[in-house]
Amino acid sequence: MTIAEKILAAHTDAGDLEPGAIVKVRVDVALANDITAPIAIREFQGAEAPLADPDMVVFVLDHFTPNKDIASANQCKMVRDFALAHGVGNFFDGGEAGVEHALLPEKGLVLPGDLIIGADSHTCTYGALGAFATGVGSTDLAAAMLTSHAWMKVPESMKFVFTGELNPWVGGKDLILYLIGKIGVDGALYRVLEIGGPAISALGVSGRLTISNMAIEAGAKAGIIGADHKTVEYVKDRAQRPYTVYESDPDARYFSVTEFDCSNIEPQVAFPHLPENSRGISETGEVRIDQVIIGSCTNGRIEDLREAAQILKGRKVARGVRCIVMPATPAVYLQAENEGLVKTFLEAGAIMGPPTCGPCLGGHMGILAKGEKAVATTNRNFVGRMGDTGSEVYLAGPYVAAASAVTGKISSPSEVVS
Amino acid sequence: MKLTGTVHRFGNDVDTDAIIPARYLNTSDPEHLGRHCMEDADPSFASRVSKGDVIVAGKNFGCGSSREHAPIAIKACGVSCVIASSFARIFFRNSFNMGLPIFESDEASAEIREGDTVEVDASTGLIRDLTTGREYRARPIPAFMQELIEDGGLMEHIRKRGGI
Repeated sequence: MTIAEKILAAHTDAGDLEPGAIVKVRVDVALANDITAPIAIREFQGAEAPLADPDMVVFVLDHFTPNKDIASANQCKMVRDFALAHGVGNFFDGGEAGVEHALLPEKGLVLPGDLIIGADSHTCTYGALGAFATGVGSTDLAAAMLTSHAWMKVPESMKFVFTGELNPWVGGKDLILYLIGKIGVDGALYRVLEIGGPAISALGVSGRLTISNMAIEAGAKAGIIGADHKTVEYVKDRAQRPYTVYESDPDARYFSVTEFDCSNIEPQVAFPHLPENSRGISETGEVRIDQVIIGSCTNGRIEDLREAAQILKGRKVARGVRCIVMPATPAVYLQAENEGLVKTFLEAGAIMGPPTCGPCLGGHMGILAKGEKAVATTNRNFVGRMGDTGSEVYLAGPYVAAASAVTGKISSPSEVVS
Repeated sequence: MKLTGTVHRFGNDVDTDAIIPARYLNTSDPEHLGRHCMEDADPSFASRVSKGDVIVAGKNFGCGSSREHAPIAIKACGVSCVIASSFARIFFRNSFNMGLPIFESDEASAEIREGDTVEVDASTGLIRDLTTGREYRARPIPAFMQELIEDGGLMEHIRKRGGI
């Protein structure tokens, strides 16, 4: 069996776990945010029953916060009032809130072997810890709040093995952009990505979270990386409950097995308007930019900020470029402050923003005008994703984003750092 | 149940930001969302669409965000169903959970033209293009998902059957 099949099996009474079978599964964590929770709460309230298990529900107010307008404030207030009235076990608001998919691993709320659903497509991030984590809609969330269960079609898994050593300036973001470029935005539709190999073992947990985060951009249901000693090291002091490490069996069945040699992978940039439009930094040509975003659930962890700071230290953001750095959680922000990274960013002329999803989805705090171009460490570059439908988003890792901020055009870090 | 309407065609990989841009997600009011349906793919869509009309699209319809606002907006602007060669998985389950009929057919997706009139039998998945006279069969859906449709969505299903 694959890791995905083992986790599903541990969470269902159904005997048939053949791919395509629909099973009822017990959910360990059910997550929603200020955009998706209001619909879930309304559906839940219609049932006039208590929360099945308040401790498994997590609400994070992170998308349009700090409240971007009156309507957003009203949505947040509705979620806040419900969370407090119903004793939602894990409710994150104000200075305790951060970008949900950075926050939950950091708080130890998602663990190896868990079955996690979230009313946010990037819930697949937690697959990096060896969990089965998948994005769902608000109605699924309401059903889980009511019953602690969800329905799940048993998926096939596609195995991707990364071998060899990473080239300079290459990290998790580049590997996943490369993979999506190879298989396309629906290349893993309805399936699970199982990602491993020596190059993944060599990556830290942060880089792995970046990889799993973008599994959805290949259409995948989950993006699982088997837990190893690094994973256990990461979760052991954070976990408040037991967890289980699963490995795929040697004879596990896969839809496909593909190997990528990392020595062929240079820093990647995904061109508008799909994440599959990735190409090596040497093939990007001259693209002038107006804005750089460093942050998000994809690349807003301390390791990402360190990479950006390594490039920006002692350098200046190019005139005419707005470089916005958003630590993904309050703890990341504090750590960045303690390590002197915030000083580095401010001295470089970057803007420090609060932990929020904000500009990633065109919410607020970094919206693009018609004709403007941005390099972003975020996860989507759809038409109008960050603002006007005539604007463009180029996806990259923190090194390339920071280097591009310095030169004012899409640039390899090696152009900036001698 | 037969769904009949005029076809509005869209291409491949129509994402949920195109179906309902994030700038409108500060509300979940269906009427408001419906007014902005498909705005970033076709700004005139919401004003042109009539009750019962059908969206026909290519592959991977509804990719991107998990926002249920997307199927809500489509339903609220009057669209009776969506036909595509494939759907992104969260959009796929959201549609069944909240009662937007959707159908997968490579042939229907490829052949049905803008402005054609189609009739879809929601219970059998038979798609008839009344303009050309051609018929298509949607890919069968699992029994559980057929139940969800018959019960009127996931929450009604739970109410009727005492659980998932």
